[in-house]
Amino acid sequence: MHSDDFEHDHQKTRAIDEALSRIGKPIPEAQARYVAALEDCECNEGMFALAATRRQLFGGAGVVAAVGMTTMLPGPAMAKAPPGAGEYPVQADSTKEQGRMMGADGGYGLRSQFETDVRWVNPTKTAGFSPLQNSYGTITPSGLHYERHHGGIPNIDPARHGLVIHGMVDRPMRYSLADLRRFPTVSRTYFMECSGTTGSEIMKAREPTAQRTHGLVSTSEWTGVPFSTLLKQTGLKPGAAWVLAEGADAAVMTRSVPIDKCLSDALIVFAQNGEAMRPEQGYPMRLFLPGWEGNISIKWLRRLEVSDKPFYTREETAKYSDLITTTGKSRIFTFTMEAKSVITFPSGEMKLPGAGFYEITGLAWSGRGKIARVEVSTDGGKSWHLASLQDPVLAISQTRFHFPWIWDGTAAVIQSRATDETGYSQPTHQQLIVERGPLESGSLFYHMNAVQSWGIAADGSVKNVHPLG
Amino acid sequence: MFTRSVDPKYGALLAAAVAVLAMPSVALADGYPAQFEFGAPASNQDIAAVAIAIAPDGKGLPAGKGDHAAGKRVYEAKCGDCHGATLQGVPGLPDMPAGAALRLIGGRGTLTTGNPVMTVESYWPYATTLFDYIRRAMPFQSPGSLNADELYAVSAYILAEGNVIDKTMVLDAQTLPRVQMPNRDGFIADPRPEFFR
Repeated sequence: MHSDDFEHDHQKTRAIDEALSRIGKPIPEAQARYVAALEDCECNEGMFALAATRRQLFGGAGVVAAVGMTTMLPGPAMAKAPPGAGEYPVQADSTKEQGRMMGADGGYGLRSQFETDVRWVNPTKTAGFSPLQNSYGTITPSGLHYERHHGGIPNIDPARHGLVIHGMVDRPMRYSLADLRRFPTVSRTYFMECSGTTGSEIMKAREPTAQRTHGLVSTSEWTGVPFSTLLKQTGLKPGAAWVLAEGADAAVMTRSVPIDKCLSDALIVFAQNGEAMRPEQGYPMRLFLPGWEGNISIKWLRRLEVSDKPFYTREETAKYSDLITTTGKSRIFTFTMEAKSVITFPSGEMKLPGAGFYEITGLAWSGRGKIARVEVSTDGGKSWHLASLQDPVLAISQTRFHFPWIWDGTAAVIQSRATDETGYSQPTHQQLIVERGPLESGSLFYHMNAVQSWGIAADGSVKNVHPLG
Repeated sequence: MFTRSVDPKYGALLAAAVAVLAMPSVALADGYPAQFEFGAPASNQDIAAVAIAIAPDGKGLPAGKGDHAAGKRVYEAKCGDCHGATLQGVPGLPDMPAGAALRLIGGRGTLTTGNPVMTVESYWPYATTLFDYIRRAMPFQSPGSLNADELYAVSAYILAEGNVIDKTMVLDAQTLPRVQMPNRDGFIADPRPEFFR
């Protein structure tokens, strides 16, 4: 069913590459080759990945698949280690000779050369999707955290970077990274999600895997300084109501933020998962607004201007506003990411080897607080059952859920539905369309949090299915 | 409160500990000072180097001016490769969300359809936003490279081609904020959470 889509993607990718190089912005050859390799291998997110990472579940079959991967793929492609790994010789018997000496990795650890999970990069090279289908627990590895850029990834020397806070303040200030690190800091585990995530899925099932439907959400432990601490340093003039946040990327990305958010849980973040934040996440410093659409947590933060009114920037008017096609009016300043969930196993393009026991698992999150419950259906929504939530259940973070299932080997549709501590539950696609109007060019359907369905055929193959057909 | 030779956090903790000893009802958090000596006052130069945002009232717009005729020359030299000779975009170029990013004009009357065409002409509420965005992020190959006259001119070109302003109109710091965009009243507050039927 998806072969046409894949061919279409190939053509689009090629056309875009050609066009990009024509206007003087060729993508690095390495990334081009790498994306092409991903596009060429339909199995990459399917049975291979499943077998390699779920060896215990599938026993011998998994080992065979993993060996097949390493020995049968063509030389040049496999001569290089996957991203994030280094290639080392495989020992005939690792108990009969010394392993490699420490330090071969230069002092920064690498993953196994047999692990291949990577972000999926969209044809326009503007978004990288996290491989949710092979995720464990709730923390996204920094190298797999989703990305979305509007002007590429700037390479910033922190010694030359400063954050200026000015406007309706008593004392305009400039802070270096070293300054920020001296302040009292806090660390918080928060999810971040692009408001466009799953938008293209509103009218029909378009993307094949959990990575490509839901992969623009991730969770990290973020460390930084409360924005309120900095605003106490600068003081606020009467009438201060909004803050313009601005990045130092080629888009000089700007968003207007209500002052209440800045004074409550907003952070100026410089670390992620225990180390300096990655460049693609905004190194050396970013704004972080918990529970709000990712775009507004401005990366490569260089400026905060306190104002009495919003600025109506391009990114909060032309983009990231929600057109309601039934009225022609658009919701503006739609910040909150509402409750949402996705089953990550089993999910699109996997294949179950046969009837029997499976532990359904997935992720649930809400920008309004903690997840209160997740219900799972294995009959297309006719009946729902409580899943178990894995501790800790943190506010504005991803919660891992589990549900035991005996598959009888007949066709089934599995779904998850999250409810947060405010009592809000995920809607259906139909409910969202009734409320906000249909939108055929679906990627503009922001804040799309409908219940996701995975169809399991009698042969065990899993695909993205949609209640509207 | 503490000397520079002491790590401020330890200094603060020390101060807190002393405070707790002296007044048991004081919480540890109160040991943190309200003001820290880090950072530097931002000079007017620091601020001027980065403060480029233009709000709908036009405050901060630079001196300069431009019209459709001058803007056509800027557009054809710096914009047309991506946005197209007729301002309708170029098929095959990066375009996310699909169909929306590169098309600059047209689309009026489509916002109530399932296939809305959202352009500067049909969708953007403020002309100042157009000026601000071009100044900060365009042209794609050399963002931030247009001077004030070029910015006013190319803004006038796009708005006139979209029949938002007359081709004879000269845009400057006074006239740009007064441009009435067709979708100016098309935006409403976020009503969520929704109550689904």
